[in-house]
Order: sequence, then structure tokens, then C-alpha cells
Amino acid sequence: MAKTPAKKIAPKKASVSEDAARANRERPMEPVPYKASKEELLEFYRQMLLIRRFEEKAGQLYGLGLIGGFCHLYIGQEAVAIGLQSALTPGKDSVITGYRDHGHMLAYGIDPNVIMAELTGRAAGISKGKGGSMHMFSTSHKFYGGHGIVGAQVSLGAGLAFGHKYANDGGVCLAYFGDGASNQGQVYESFNMAELWKLPIIFVIENNQYAMGTSVNRASSEDQLYRRGESFRIPGIQVDGMDVLAVRGAAEVALDWVRSGKGPVLLEMKTYRYRGHSMSDPAKYRSRDEVQSVRDNSDPIEGCKAYLAEMGVGEDQLKILEKEIRTIVNNSADFAETSPEPDLSEVYTDVLVEQY
Amino acid sequence: MAIELKMPALSPTMEEGTLAKWLVKEGDSVKSGDILAEIETDKATMEFEAVDEGVITSITVPEGTDGVKVGTVIALIAGEDEEATTKAAPKAVEAKATPTAPENEQPTPTATAAPAPVKSDPATAAGTAMTSVTLREALRDAMAEEMRRDDRVFVMGEEVAEYQGAYKVTQGLLDEFGARRVIDTPITEYGFAGIGTGAAMGGLRPVIEFMTFNFAMQAIDHIINSAAKTNYMSGGQMRCPIVFRGPNGAAARVGAQHSQNYAPWYASVPGLIVISPYDAADAKGLLKAAIRCEDPVVFLENELLYGRTFEVPAEGDHVLPIGRARIMREGTDVTIVSYSIGVGLALEAAEKLAGEGISAEVIDLRTIRPLDKATVLTSLAKTNRLIVAEEGWPTCSVGSEIIAICMEEGFDDLDAPVMRVTNEDVPMPYAANLEKATLINADKIADCVRKIVR
Repeated sequence: MAKTPAKKIAPKKASVSEDAARANRERPMEPVPYKASKEELLEFYRQMLLIRRFEEKAGQLYGLGLIGGFCHLYIGQEAVAIGLQSALTPGKDSVITGYRDHGHMLAYGIDPNVIMAELTGRAAGISKGKGGSMHMFSTSHKFYGGHGIVGAQVSLGAGLAFGHKYANDGGVCLAYFGDGASNQGQVYESFNMAELWKLPIIFVIENNQYAMGTSVNRASSEDQLYRRGESFRIPGIQVDGMDVLAVRGAAEVALDWVRSGKGPVLLEMKTYRYRGHSMSDPAKYRSRDEVQSVRDNSDPIEGCKAYLAEMGVGEDQLKILEKEIRTIVNNSADFAETSPEPDLSEVYTDVLVEQY
Repeated sequence: MAIELKMPALSPTMEEGTLAKWLVKEGDSVKSGDILAEIETDKATMEFEAVDEGVITSITVPEGTDGVKVGTVIALIAGEDEEATTKAAPKAVEAKATPTAPENEQPTPTATAAPAPVKSDPATAAGTAMTSVTLREALRDAMAEEMRRDDRVFVMGEEVAEYQGAYKVTQGLLDEFGARRVIDTPITEYGFAGIGTGAAMGGLRPVIEFMTFNFAMQAIDHIINSAAKTNYMSGGQMRCPIVFRGPNGAAARVGAQHSQNYAPWYASVPGLIVISPYDAADAKGLLKAAIRCEDPVVFLENELLYGRTFEVPAEGDHVLPIGRARIMREGTDVTIVSYSIGVGLALEAAEKLAGEGISAEVIDLRTIRPLDKATVLTSLAKTNRLIVAEEGWPTCSVGSEIIAICMEEGFDDLDAPVMRVTNEDVPMPYAANLEKATLINADKIADCVRKIVR
């Protein structure tokens, strides 16, 4: 078994009175941990490790001055993107997130080279070096960003879901946002219309406990964020976001609900970021012990490793994987460092699509 | 003393209406709240209720009368203490259809824009059969035609569907296209602007109506940060073909929060197209172009122009090029550059000036971004004098931009400083006289021209 998640991460069980209040309304099934095959679990592990190592490398490049501006790392939260996006149907479903977006792109199998080259502001970057860390997109993967304004992606995601319904294409939008964004007004405007119009959208709150330096308890009158959709009749589920199988299990339930036309669902992923909010954050608002305790007790990659051990996957096999990933990440860093900067003429391109 | 019943104004901008039907007759007793008549405006049919009690002694405007000015006496009521039989002398109210409204009840400065010789649009071929439609109908027709042509086009906003549009611009669209494509939203501008923008990113062609652009301030983040910048930030990968449209600028007597011209705001943003048409043919042709456009468009209409009738090509697919100004009237002594409702005022001023021997050329910018500098500079090279007429604030205005362009690129052609005529630099006051004093008008434009021509 995986190590028990740290106490502060573990989701609370819904209280009896809440259950009573919900009794008259249909709710999604209680999620159960996903039963992954050995191959699937190995793939989850590989992808989470890729995000971890990629982000560590990005942190290094930032320290060397090769990455500028804001750079928000996903270290600690890997199980959320991997657990959720592994359940989506590529080419049909869409994903949108905020500025902490590297992990969600890697989870969709987007080439690490073009992501890293975007971070270093090179012509080969996925946005030709004009977007940077916070503004990356891959419409061919139906990954719609990469948005720098906190909460904007929730309304935009509702718009993508509106498009799925309008085109009747069977797709679902997965819209990620943080515990900080969950206090933005437009989130609730979007909740209202999404439920009113039964839009096919899964709202995912990645509750990593801190909105920049402000803890959830200092910012949110209702700190059980999965309840934030209840007054719009959007069912909410709280999930251990440090456990990839719990996340994937919740994704299955949420997708069933949304694909059957019952409207949106809200998943609160209890997770934790090990690094500061951005690279310039010294993270004085929490203790070293707190971070270390989460690392020790509920690290998503260590947890997955424990599941793999139960299935008989040994350290040797994982070491080979680790080596492969280091090669991929090192290559992406080399690519990002050696690729040329954009041509100066690019200043004036892509402002408008058409000529007038 | 008989109580005079006057033609009511049923909206802030109503100037006249049709007395469609009387529901009472002479001799009837009425009390407060009784429905007296049905009155049609260009937007809707409204019921006219009695406020006073008494007996209808005389109906002075018969039913079916068109063009009854607001303020005209339409009936007389004898009060309780009067003899019901003492009919007011019919002679005294014989002049029934004469507009009797005092001037200060006509707050709209442009109510009587003089017809000026209008140069035909270069984009509309000479000899094209024309038909008269209101600007409101032209906008509706543009949306309907584009919706017939492309299933990806849909209309979303407050009261656009079942209510048929707060200003009746979307009248009939729900009937033709159904609730899938004509969508009423809750009052939630930030939210539905974001939903529209997201839908555009996902491949649809949204037309997002703001009841007025004053309310779009709640949504300006999505217009600028989400819609305008996405193509650039994504290196050309993610487009956002969306139209944000609705009335902009001062309406009438609605005070500071509902009277503002946002053209300079949006026109300052790279990545946006900003269109602000004056007449119905441009409104139709440019809205159709905006809907087909791959870039995000802010389409600024004017409530005071919605009910005005203009000539529009009767048949064919009337699509105009974005980014081209239009010479509305040719002249040789001075150029007046304007857009939106200011164009009507500029034409009025040009007509006045013509009587004084001053030949003014009037340019309608039509598209504010990208700005058709060439047309402005070519005209300046001809007239050597230029002013800008803008219904909006002077500071950091479209006028400021035109002045900068003339300085930077037309300096050698200038025989006088470039001037701007705008609203006063204050929040819009409510009182009729203050509002009138605040707004731009044709006299102010003509005065400015006289200063630089003589």
C-alpha cells in the first residue's frame, strides 16, 4: 500500500447533514481508486516523473537566467494532471488551465523540447517565443492554454464546453484552476451558466493550499472548496490529489456524469506545491517542516512507486525509466538553450490574422 | 381646468410614435391605471395608462396617426370637480399634430440632422438598387444573413432572445434560428464574455451583445486579455474570431454611467479590430465583415441612431472592407474627420458652412482600428486644414490620435493647427440643459471650422 497521505492533505469525509441536504438530488457515485494495470501504472509513473524532472530542470534554467519573468512550477501536483488527463479522449475532449501549465502540457504528450524552448523564449518554442511560461497552447491537442489572468480560464473553459455542446461532438472540457482563483467572481458566473445550460465541463480546483502566500483558511470563508458549486446545484467531490489512482478514479466518475448530459461537476483536488508560488517566492508563509512532511508522507511519485512495488515492479526497472527521462529532459534543456531566438521581424507578426 | 394628456416618451430616446389605438372614447370615465391607448414606437407597442381620474372630454389625435411627436396633446380629461359635459372647445385643440414639445424636451442634439449631399460609398457600385431600413434592422439583417450562411455563428447576450433585444436589434432572430443559436444569458457580463471568447477559441463564431458598452467594463478583461492577445501569445496558433457588439456613446438623459464612448479605449489595443459605423449600409456591411473576420472585433453602435432610416443596398451580399474610411461629402477648404454619430453632426455643420462659402470635406472613419490613415492624409493634402469631431471625451481620444498622425505624417500639408471638437471633459450630467451643453453638436463643429479657415 502507498503511504498514508499527510493529515492536512487527506480529504474530509462529507458530513451527515450535508448528505441529508443532498438526498433529494441525484449525485455522482462515490469515486473509488482506479484499478490500473501494471502497464498503465508504469505510464502514470513515467509521466509524473517526466513532469517532476522537467520542472526541476526549468527551475535550474531559471536560476541560470535562461528563463525570465514568471515561472510557476508544478512540482508536487503531478498526480492531478496525470490522473485526470489519462482519462480523457484525445482529439475529442479539451483542456484549459491557468499559468501553472507546464505539467498539463506534458500530461498531454506535448513535446518537452518545444515547451522548454518556449520557457527560454526561443523561436522553436510552442508559441514562437512570444508567450512564455504562462501562455502556451496546442490546439492540435485541444489544449487551450496557458492563461495568465487568475480565473479567466474558468469562463473560457465554459465557452469551450459550450462549443462541445453546440457542435454536439461528445467532448468534455476539463478546466483547471487553483484555490486562489476559486474566489474570483467570474468563476461563479461560469458555474451558474454551466449548470443552467448543462454544459459538459469538469471544473477542477487544484487546491495546493496557498494562493501565492495566502493560505486557503485566510482567504476562503468556505474552505471546503468542493462545496463551492453546491448553490448552483453542481455536485462537488473532494479527492486526494496526491494519489494518482484516487484522481483517476474521480475522473472516471466525473466523466460518466458529464458525458451523460447531467451538466458540470466540481472536483476539489487536495494537493500541495513543494516550491514557491513562482520562482521569486521565498515561501516564508509556511515552515520547512510542513513542506518536508508532505514530501515524506504523501509524495505522489513515491506513492505510485509503492503501488508499483506491490505489483512486482522493482527498483531496477524504475531506474531505467529514470535514466530515460533524464535524457529527455536534458535534451529539452539543450534544445532550449541552443535554439535561436526569434527573428526581430516576429515582433510584428501574429498581431492580427488577416490583412486590412 | 381640463387635464391635457400628452404623447408620452416610452424610452429615453423616443422622439415620436404612432398612436395605434384608442381603448377609450370621448365621454368615458377613467381612473388611474386604466389603459387609455396603445402607442407604437420603432421598437415596440406600449400601453399608455391613465394617471388622473376624470372623464375623457376630447380625443385630439385620432388612432392610426403616425409621427406624433412626444409632448403633443392627444386628449383632454375633465377633472372630478368639473362638469363632465363641459367639453373643452374643440377649436382650442384643433392643431393636434403640431409638435408642441418645448425645445428642452428634445434632448437629442441630432434629432433634426439636415440631409446633406452624401457621396456614395466606393464599395457600393453605382446604380445598386437601394431600400430604406432603420439602422436597427440593418444590424439584425446582417446577423441573420450571416447565421443563415454559417452554422458556427450564434448570438448571445442579455435579453437577446425571448425579449427580442433590449433595443430590439435581435428582433426575430429567436424565431428563425431557435434557442440553440440565440441565447439569453443571466446578467453576468464577465462570465458570458468569457464563455463567448472560449467558444471562439474552440472554433465557433460568437456575436456577443452587450446591452450597452458601459456594462462591458465588467468584461473588458476578456475582450483585451483573452480575446485580443491570444493570437499573438500563441504565435498565431489560436485565433479568436468573435464580435462584441452593442450601443456605445451617449444615449439621452441616462447620466454618467450610461453615457460613454469607449472607441478610444478599445482602439488603443493591438490585436483588436474596432468598428464604429454611422449609417445603416455601413452598419450592415461592416457587421457582416466583422462576423466573417478571423480577428476579434469590437463593434460600437449608437443607440440614438438605431431608429434612424438610411438607404441600404436592397439585394446581394453587402459586405464592406474593414479598415477603409469613407468620404461622405467632398470639399476643398477643410476636412472634418469623424465617426459614428459625429458623422451626422459633421455633415450638418458642413451644410451650414456651405451656406457661408466654406467647402468642408467630411470623412467617416468607420473603422477606428486599424485606422485608414491614407484617406485622412490624402484629404489633408487637398484641404490643408483639418478638425476632428468626436462624440466623446477629448483626452486621449481618437481625435488625439488623428492629430498625432497629422503632425507626424502630414506636417508639411498643414496650414493651421489640427483642432478637435468633442464633448466636454466631464462625466455626463443628467439635467437636460447641462447634458446639451456637454455634448458635441453641429454648431460647435462649424464654429471650430470658422476659427481655422478664417
